[in-house]
Amino acid sequence: MTALAVKQSAPVFAALGDPTRLRLVARLAQGEPLSIRELTEGERVTRQAITKHLEVLSEAGLVTDRKRGRERLYALEAAPLADARRYLDQVSAQWDKAIGRLRALVESR
Amino acid sequence: MTTADTTNTIEKHADLRAPTARVWRALSDSQEFGSWFGVKLDGPFKPGTTAAGNITSKGYEHVRADFHVDRVDERSHTLVFRWRPYAIEPNVDYSREPYTVVTLALTEIPTGTHLAITETGFAGIPVARRAKAFEMNASGWQQQTELLAAYIAKHAEHAEHAEHAEHAEHAEHA
Repeated sequence: MTALAVKQSAPVFAALGDPTRLRLVARLAQGEPLSIRELTEGERVTRQAITKHLEVLSEAGLVTDRKRGRERLYALEAAPLADARRYLDQVSAQWDKAIGRLRALVESR
Repeated sequence: MTTADTTNTIEKHADLRAPTARVWRALSDSQEFGSWFGVKLDGPFKPGTTAAGNITSKGYEHVRADFHVDRVDERSHTLVFRWRPYAIEPNVDYSREPYTVVTLALTEIPTGTHLAITETGFAGIPVARRAKAFEMNASGWQQQTELLAAYIAKHAEHAEHAEHAEHAEHAEHA
């Protein structure tokens, strides 16, 4: 397994299970890559805290970063989110099928 | 429901035209449960015990699933178990991954029985890999079907050739 694949298998949903991180994801979802300074604006937590949250998101493969001058720009990666959503859809579809079979079983006379 | 919840929980509802006692049997009897859930279980559902068995759905027969039973409550018609949903990759050790908790609850309604299912705990699961495993499994079956079709086509062709060859031989002898 490549390093990238390992990163991507980190729990995406756990990374999203925090209001600050959800807000960061929502802001980055607008498309524009943002610096830590920009992402800290309007938040009640410190720059250090935002940096930590970005690290968690990065571990889950949800954000990538690149250097611009002296700053680091963070951008959202859509693929892991789409994978996460797809997995829930897949499990959900299995339940629908199972409920269909249960219905056939109990409603038959 | 908050965003965090929608990524951690699946919720299903269904109205069934059957008496609650009948539906409860289909939930609490592990053999009946297995017949619709798609698993051949080796034991009954008893709180504090584990029932295990192979998935019977096509394409998942290699998957052995453990059902850790937490509650089988006839009074409230509630079944609660923990499992690892569709841990389907043959060579992956899932033992360190967290379980999801499944709650199935029945309530009587005028037309029969209302079934509510919640499965929660997806937050700790490496979902991207699971999603891919699902798709690989699906495409794996597709590939096998294609291979089989190719095999049959090839053999049919061979048989035809052989027949032709035989005819040709007969013609020569004649």
